[in-house]
Amino acid sequence: MASLREMRLRIRSVRNIAQVTRALQTVSASKVRRAQAAVLATRPYAAKALEVLGHLAGRRNTIVHPMLTPRNPVRNILAIVVSGDRGLAGAYNANVVRRALSRFGDSPAAVHYIVIGRKGREMLRRAGVPITAEFSNLPPAPSYADLSAIGRLAIEDYIEGKADEVHIVFTQFISLLHQQAAVQQLLPLSGLAAPAEEAAGGPKPVYLFEPGQTQLLDIAINRLVSIEIYESILESLASEHAARMVTMRNATENANELIGGLQLDYNKARQESITGDLLDIAAGTEALTAQTSAR
Amino acid sequence: MPIHCDIVSQDRSLFSGDADMIIAPGSEGLLGILPHHTPLLTTLTYGVLVVKQAGGEEAFAIAGGIMEVLPDAVTVLADVGERVEEIDVARAEAAKARAEEMLKHAPDQNNEAYLKAMTSLRRSQLRLDAARRYRKG
Repeated sequence: MASLREMRLRIRSVRNIAQVTRALQTVSASKVRRAQAAVLATRPYAAKALEVLGHLAGRRNTIVHPMLTPRNPVRNILAIVVSGDRGLAGAYNANVVRRALSRFGDSPAAVHYIVIGRKGREMLRRAGVPITAEFSNLPPAPSYADLSAIGRLAIEDYIEGKADEVHIVFTQFISLLHQQAAVQQLLPLSGLAAPAEEAAGGPKPVYLFEPGQTQLLDIAINRLVSIEIYESILESLASEHAARMVTMRNATENANELIGGLQLDYNKARQESITGDLLDIAAGTEALTAQTSAR
Repeated sequence: MPIHCDIVSQDRSLFSGDADMIIAPGSEGLLGILPHHTPLLTTLTYGVLVVKQAGGEEAFAIAGGIMEVLPDAVTVLADVGERVEEIDVARAEAAKARAEEMLKHAPDQNNEAYLKAMTSLRRSQLRLDAARRYRKG
C-alpha cells in the first residue's frame, strides 16, 4: 500500500492531467467551431465547382482534354493523404492512414503519396510506402493561397505522366461526434458521376469556350481541382479538431473518475491511520492510568 | 422567362436567384447573358458583374473567376467577389495608397512583392470604381 504522501502526489498529478486535457478540450471546441464555419463557407463554391466539373465530364465525348480522359492502363497512382501535425486526437490520424493503405496498399499500380501533416508522414513512412512530397505545419486557418502549391504539384504529376490517377484521402466532417475517412478521385475527372439529364441521353449542348477551349479548360480544371483539395483539407481540419475535442473530453472524464477512486482510497487510508493513532493513544493512556492507579 | 443565377466566391455564396439579364466581365470583353443563351464556359476578368431583375439590378465586384452559362442557368465561380454595397471605400482607398507606395519602392518588376502590390492595386482600384459607379444614392 502506497504511503499517504505518495497518494497525495498521485492525486495531484492526475488532477493536473485533467486540467490539461480540459484546457485542450476547450481550445479544440473553439477551433472546431471556426474550422466548421470555414468548411461551410467554401461548400457553396466547391459544390458549384463540382457541378460544373460534372457537366464537363459528362461531355467528354465531345471535348478532348487530357485531364478529362481516363488513361488505360493505370500504371501510376498519386494519393494525397490529409492528416494532422499533432496527435492526441483519438484515432483521427490512424483512421485516415488505414483508409489510404487499405484502398491503395494492394493496388496493382505503383502508388506514391503526397502527405499533409507530420503524423501521417510518420505512419506512412513506417508502412514503407514511397512519399514524394510532404506538407506540414500548415497555418491553423489556411487560406486558398497557402494550399495552392499542393494542387499545382498534383496536376504537374498528372500532366507529366508520373501519375495516371490522382486521389485524395481525407476525413469527412459529418458531425462533432462523427467523422469518416474517405477517398475521392481528383484526376482524371471521369470519376465524377454524370448528371442525371445527361445519363438520360437528352440533347447535349455543345459548349462555346472563351478564350480557346484548351486554355480555358486548363484554367478551369486547375482551379476546380485546387478548390476540391482546399475543401478536403478544411474538412479534415474540422474533423481533427472535433476528434481531439471528443478524445480530450473522454480523457478528462477518465481522469476525474481516477481522481474519485484515488481520493476514496486516500480517505480510507487516512482514516485507518487516524484510527491506528487513536488506538495507540488510547492504549498509551490506558497504560499510564494503569501505572498511576497501581502506584 | 428568367434565368437562374448563382454567384459564389471562394468563401461564401453571394447571390442565388432569378435574373432577367446578366452582364459579366468576360476575359474577351463584356458579356450580356439573356435566357436561352448557348452553353458557354468562360474566364472572367477584374470587373463589375451586374444582375438585372424585374425590381432593379444588383452589382458585384469580381476579381477574376470562371462563368458557366447554360440556357436556363448561369453559375459564376468568382476568385474574389463582393456586393458593391458591401465595399468598404475607406479600406479600399487605404489599400490602394499602400500598394502605390510599395510599387514606387519596388525596383524589380519580377519579384513576388511587386506582383502582390500590383494585384492589390488592381483589386482596390476595381472596388473604388465599382463603388463610385454602381452604388445607389
